[in-house]
Amino acid sequence: MLAEYSDYAFRSALVVYLLAMAFYAAEFAASRTVRREPALVAAGGGELPDRPVDEPAPRSRAERFGRMAVALTILGALVHAGSVLARGLAAGRWPWGNMYEFASAICLVAVVAWLVVLRRQASSQLRQMGLFVLFPVVVLMFIGGTVLYAEAAPVVPALRSYWLAIHVSAIAVASGLLLVAGVASAMFLRRPTELLDRVAYRVTVVAFPIYTFAVIAGAIWAEAAWGRFWGWDPKETVAFVAWVIYAAYLHARATAGWRTRRAAWINVAGFAMVIFNLFFVNLVIAGLHSYAGV
Amino acid sequence: MSTPTEQAAAPSVPPPRNSPWWIAQLARVWRDLTSMRVALVLLFLLALAALPGALLPQRSLNAAKVDAYIAEYPTWGPLLNRLGFFEVFASPWFAAIYLLLFVSLVGCLIPRALEQARALRATPPATPRNLSRLPHHGRETVDTDADDVLGRVRGRLRGWRMVERDEPGGVRTLSAEKGFLHEAGNLVFHLALVGLLVGIALGKLFGYEGQVIVLAGGGQFCNTGILGYDSFRAGLRVDGTNLDPFCVRVDDFAASYLPNGQPDGFRAQLGYQTSGDIASGASQWQPYELEVNQPLRLDGERVYLLGHGYAPTFTVTYPDGTKRTSTVQWRPVDNATLLSEGTTKFDRPGLTDEADRRRNQLAITGLFAPTSSGGQIVGSVFPDLRDPQVAVDVYRGDLGLDDGRGQSIFTVDRKQVESGALTKVARQNVRPGEQVALDDGTTIRFDDVRQWVSLQVSYDPGQTAVLVFATLLLLGLGLSLTIKRRRFWVRLTPAGEGDPTRRTVVEIGGLARTDRAGYGEEFSRLRTDLLGPLKEE
Repeated sequence: MLAEYSDYAFRSALVVYLLAMAFYAAEFAASRTVRREPALVAAGGGELPDRPVDEPAPRSRAERFGRMAVALTILGALVHAGSVLARGLAAGRWPWGNMYEFASAICLVAVVAWLVVLRRQASSQLRQMGLFVLFPVVVLMFIGGTVLYAEAAPVVPALRSYWLAIHVSAIAVASGLLLVAGVASAMFLRRPTELLDRVAYRVTVVAFPIYTFAVIAGAIWAEAAWGRFWGWDPKETVAFVAWVIYAAYLHARATAGWRTRRAAWINVAGFAMVIFNLFFVNLVIAGLHSYAGV
Repeated sequence: MSTPTEQAAAPSVPPPRNSPWWIAQLARVWRDLTSMRVALVLLFLLALAALPGALLPQRSLNAAKVDAYIAEYPTWGPLLNRLGFFEVFASPWFAAIYLLLFVSLVGCLIPRALEQARALRATPPATPRNLSRLPHHGRETVDTDADDVLGRVRGRLRGWRMVERDEPGGVRTLSAEKGFLHEAGNLVFHLALVGLLVGIALGKLFGYEGQVIVLAGGGQFCNTGILGYDSFRAGLRVDGTNLDPFCVRVDDFAASYLPNGQPDGFRAQLGYQTSGDIASGASQWQPYELEVNQPLRLDGERVYLLGHGYAPTFTVTYPDGTKRTSTVQWRPVDNATLLSEGTTKFDRPGLTDEADRRRNQLAITGLFAPTSSGGQIVGSVFPDLRDPQVAVDVYRGDLGLDDGRGQSIFTVDRKQVESGALTKVARQNVRPGEQVALDDGTTIRFDDVRQWVSLQVSYDPGQTAVLVFATLLLLGLGLSLTIKRRRFWVRLTPAGEGDPTRRTVVEIGGLARTDRAGYGEEFSRLRTDLLGPLKEE
């Protein structure tokens, strides 16, 4: 019963996110037309306003669409959180015991992290990033809800450990944050602004220690479950690779000539490795990190 | 390797004057190696070099997969094999990269640690002439004199390192600095990485890992040497002569399953004696309930429950009435239903003639289903022991056990069958209590089924150190990423020549030494506290 509610909520959240994306896109389109108009006026000899995009007329169409988009994102996140909660109650355990649940948790973290970043930075320029944050979220949730879907059920004995809560929660939080950072860096490569760079860096700086903790917690769990703390299982290996790439990102930020554009590429590569670890390693390479179902 | 702070401060090692060219060359190599740029390149190389370890099968994880891969790609396979791509993490090129990285790291760390030690003793630098050029600054005229303002500044900057200086013209300045833990965290993080590597190396040198299958219901295993194990991976300095000789006995094993066959829990009831118990002559076995995620932790060694399976018991009654009973583990071929295959081998007793003895060996081979599908061809529908049945093929003849080659305990030697030395003499499906009659009057009874567990003994003397350094690493990382090193300056100038109101011009300035530190928010608070709210101009 609860499991069904969880599934309904999951699908509803996906739909709400899609709607939010539509509004972000509408805001984007509307702000572009707004931007063009003053330029035409300027060409006629008028005065050019310095920041046409950041300070549109109050209650402009773009602004209204943007606010709607954010409101829908918040609604989606609430419904999504309900889905995760109901899943946990239905299964009687932490709701990240298989690939579907894990993907769902990462997406929820990413959306919440995005909302927090938006609240702290409060900029309409940043708000447009919502479309690009929700895009991977929606794709991940779609794959999770179809290909990876698994019924709410108890997990195998190897996963019955309080380390499931610690290790997997930390990985989910770190991955969700890194998604936001990766999107910011990818956008920075298209449109290099100081704001996007700052968002990417600050979110990564929060995510990296959490990710490091998650890997260490995983090693502690592996010592209890598999007899060694590190065995170069494919999942461990790719986690190591991603960690090294993020370490390179932090070092690149401190190296002349590497600070901005190259650093952004490295950050994108790091997130690509996190996603690669989530899908490819579980679905294609067999290892010890196989969940129920996949 | 350097660390993420604002400058790629490559430690400069000036070559001594009038030194031979090769010393200058060495100094240059050293300077390059310890530069941030090289560290970055090495980090990328490390990530790149580790990837084949995930993409290609690895011998340490699954040797059979490696062999299959080499067989599948006869051109690439052997080449990759020679280059060490199937043992990436033991390959010389992987080791070269991480060793260079660690040399670079140490080379960068030493000068930075020295610099940090100096910085801890140094006083904050003098106030810059023009504070308005700093990224954060402010200026206000206040109605109190310099002493009063300085008193407030000192109170507000409690916890900062401060020094006051006088400048000509009655001007007074204060320099303050905070956030030394940033660099300390940085150093701890990188030093912990070195410690981690040493801890791991300890484990690789002196650790070992062995697997052994033990029958439940009283089977015993003692850690007396490598030969007691079914497989053993020894550290580089382990020859198996000095293992800690503890013993375990598997009294019982129980697995529980969900209705769909998914395992719900595994539990092995153990008794164990530590080497200390044995040395003191104690005959007591201490009880332990071994579960997945709950290893038995002895003094250094850990015992894990890795797997389980079934071992059918067969009794052979020869025509002359002699009986032989044997229980040998069979191996699961399907982990979901625990359909298992195996071979139970018998030597006929009482035959003195060597050739005769060899002609009369028996092998009971086949498939075992814990819950039989009941069909003509035995299949298993559930992993638990509900309705066991074995489909047996009985072979008689020369098993080929005496030719010196090792042979699998799970199968008969196909070569012996092909050469005609071993022939199939019966095929039948049997349930417990049922028997197979052979043409010579021999009967084979399927008595019962026992369970076996697969145990792993692990020993790693470095792992406590690894845990300690991993914790330090995390701590250092947290410090270096959350704390920022920042400076704050105040300059107090009397408002004007002969001004009787004792007014003071207060200028403040701030600079953070950490990349994108977000010092701005803290600086605004300082400004508000010291100069009052920002006035609209």
